[in-house]
Amino acid sequence: MKNLEELRKLREKAQKNIKLRSQDAKIKVVVGMGTSGIAAGAREVLNKFINEINERDLDDVMVTQTGEKGMSSQEPIVEIREENKPTIVYGEMNPDKVEEVVEKHIVNGKVVEEYVVSVEEE
Amino acid sequence: MAQRLNVLVCSGASCLSSGSIEIKKKMLEEIKKAGLEDEIRIIETGCMGPCELGPVILVYPDEILYKKVKKKDVEEIVENHFLKGRPVERLLYKSPETEKLIKKHEEIDYFKKQKKIVLRNCGMIDPESLEEYVALDGYEALGKALTEMSRDEVLKEIETSGLRGRGGAGFPTHLKWKFTKDAEGDQKFVVCNADEGDPGAFMDRSVVEGDPHTVLEGMAIAGYVVGASKGYIYVRAEYPLAIERLRKAIKDAKEYGFLGENIFDSGFDFDLEVRIGAGAFVCGEETALIHSIEGKRGTPRPRPPYPSISGLWEKPTNLNNVETYANVRHIILKGGDWFASIGTESSKGTKVFALSGDIQNTGLAEVPMGTTINELIYDIGGGAPEGKEIKAVQLGGPSGGCITKEYFDTPIDYESLTELGAMMGSGGVIAMSQDTCMVNTAKFFLDFNTFESCGKCTPCRVGLKQMYKMLDKITKGEGEKGDIDKLVELGESIKKTALCGLGQTAPNPVLSTIKYFRNEYRQHIENKKCSAMVCTDLLTYTIDPDKCKACTLCAQNCPVDCIDGERGVVHEIREDECIKCGNCYDVCPFDAVIKTTGELE
Amino acid sequence: MEEAKVKIPDNEYYQKLEEYINEVKHMPGTLINVLHKAQGIFGYLPVEVQSFIADKLGVPYSKVYGVVTFYNFFSMEPRGKYVVNICMGTACYVKGADRVVEYFKQKLGIDEGETTEDGLFTLTSARCFGACGLAPVLMVNEDVYGHVDRDKVSEIIKKYKEKEKNE
Repeated sequence: MKNLEELRKLREKAQKNIKLRSQDAKIKVVVGMGTSGIAAGAREVLNKFINEINERDLDDVMVTQTGEKGMSSQEPIVEIREENKPTIVYGEMNPDKVEEVVEKHIVNGKVVEEYVVSVEEE
Repeated sequence: MAQRLNVLVCSGASCLSSGSIEIKKKMLEEIKKAGLEDEIRIIETGCMGPCELGPVILVYPDEILYKKVKKKDVEEIVENHFLKGRPVERLLYKSPETEKLIKKHEEIDYFKKQKKIVLRNCGMIDPESLEEYVALDGYEALGKALTEMSRDEVLKEIETSGLRGRGGAGFPTHLKWKFTKDAEGDQKFVVCNADEGDPGAFMDRSVVEGDPHTVLEGMAIAGYVVGASKGYIYVRAEYPLAIERLRKAIKDAKEYGFLGENIFDSGFDFDLEVRIGAGAFVCGEETALIHSIEGKRGTPRPRPPYPSISGLWEKPTNLNNVETYANVRHIILKGGDWFASIGTESSKGTKVFALSGDIQNTGLAEVPMGTTINELIYDIGGGAPEGKEIKAVQLGGPSGGCITKEYFDTPIDYESLTELGAMMGSGGVIAMSQDTCMVNTAKFFLDFNTFESCGKCTPCRVGLKQMYKMLDKITKGEGEKGDIDKLVELGESIKKTALCGLGQTAPNPVLSTIKYFRNEYRQHIENKKCSAMVCTDLLTYTIDPDKCKACTLCAQNCPVDCIDGERGVVHEIREDECIKCGNCYDVCPFDAVIKTTGELE
Repeated sequence: MEEAKVKIPDNEYYQKLEEYINEVKHMPGTLINVLHKAQGIFGYLPVEVQSFIADKLGVPYSKVYGVVTFYNFFSMEPRGKYVVNICMGTACYVKGADRVVEYFKQKLGIDEGETTEDGLFTLTSARCFGACGLAPVLMVNEDVYGHVDRDKVSEIIKKYKEKEKNE
């Protein structure tokens, strides 16, 4: 260990590993992972979100999961929750749509209207 | 693939012994079965604190805490939670007041009221991973000290912080460091006291097992300030896991260059070695500890000279306890002023307490200095189980004393506790309810101190033995009038004349229980009565003929065959032969055996 | 130091110990480390072993003996195959550890510090294991048992007796 610069590089690398435990998430992505959700491909959707978010180094986004939401016809369901904003619920998601939602909604703040199934006020 | 869940399995001593390793193994299997091994990482962490709830599992990022997890629950957790996103409700924590399920671990009272500095990483990181420690700003303080601060600047920061020794006496840390720094010597040493001997205290163990690098970093910074190139960590042999983790941490730190030669290219060399104790409580005393590191009998010697002038191999030696070193890096990173803003006028920062005894939430709790005893034992500790009342707490282990409920609103700091006749000590807090006999408790501590007395000075070797004999007599119903005064007189003179801290404080548990619970002593002596029903010799067992169903179970279990009766004939205990072992009381399915104390009215 | 006065049996235990001593000899104050190692190898520290250590480290035998007898961790008596170590920390004491000791005494017919005639069990107590959440706690060799009561004591003894039969 020669200097602080070197230490900081090591830290940045190491932080990836513990990100799940230390992040202060502003945006929460919640994937519905009930039986029907999983059957409809929710796991692929969940993993796609995680990979996209990791690749883009979006530190303030947390991906988590929840159970059945009772909209089984539109599974996989994904909610995007943000403080002081209405929760956006997307339906019939797939990995391609995920990429689009991450790019447009999460990074640039523009809701992708065509996939929205409902908007829940806070 | 990136991970989406981190599952933290507590492997602190308590959870380990209730099977956390088995749970981890099973979880790995189940995760593999479900094909989730790329998405979920399992991490063994140090103690999370709420030992009573163990084995404990914490799932991130949702921060869901599972309690009392059994091997058979694992499948359900993986299937329902990890796969389908539905936390297993029956394993969640329930608030005792509202009966509401609490999912997020931070919302549990036990965690909510704490402030974590020393324990920040405990239960959060993998203690065997240097990288995880670095990820949470590990070794940043050492780097900052070595590359951006002079030795005096570091010392100044410690002085500003107001940090005092967490081992018990509360001596200002910056003064110790300064004395060692200013002492003459070609070689100086830094020593860490991890010989946590107080029964009922396990915070140092938790820090060392849960976050070993934080101790290493604190010691290296101390080494830089005092001018030492070598340090020793003295750990008790009863803590094998702590020893293993420390050794691994030292090895890793050397590999990465946080220990060794020319650290951070600053010209500062520092090396560490673990030394193992061999089961002697007195080695917690600094001069005895130094003798033990030297490979000798761990007997204390008179001070001065203090170790900062003449310590290990007669060289200037800075000796602090685990918790003290664990605070150092936070002070360097956030500044002495930040640290000084926490706590009371005279006692800064936080203190880790180990709650045990008659209390619901046994475990570790870190709170700001100045927190009241009430907050500690009720808000965090949850009070005594089964609606019992806590009549006193014992603080400071075998050197400390008890504090009664009238003083529970006292803010905890070094001075206020000493004023009440107790002491901070290492931070063991033992709650006592009506089921605890104060005389017997005092005897317990005195037995401990008598056994651990090294024998070097007469007041401690002989005096404690005499005190113990008197207490033993009292608990056996053979106490005489005047015994209490004799105990006080003898205790006071041992305090004044013993050579080291062990002897000087050993009478405290007796003196303080006499001060606050003189009546319990009197009852033992005058009425041969132990109202807590603890002192066996003062108990009488009889059989209620109306309840006895003559099943012979008690007679079968009586080790001295002093129960008369047979099937169909109501049983009777021959009192003069009874050894009061309590077997009959324990085994009777009809509650027919009655336990009484005191002369029968 | 004079020549060793005790005949040292030429066996692998002593060889192992000597290797270790040679490894750490140069370190200052290493006697306690060596004793830990020796007890690990032999199970206890008989006089012959102490004398061997004194000889190899070049320290007086009296010093070795002094250290061995000072520390509770070192034993000069052989121990049973299963060492029942009952935690006598405060938390365990408050929750009835002394009764657990009594149960064992009754069941095994030995006092604290003694070993059963069949060489199976040694009964000892120790200071806090730091597992206060499980009080009262005990260890049998490396296995930890928590919330111990009378029934559990019987179970534990039975378990090791059966284990012995099957071996």
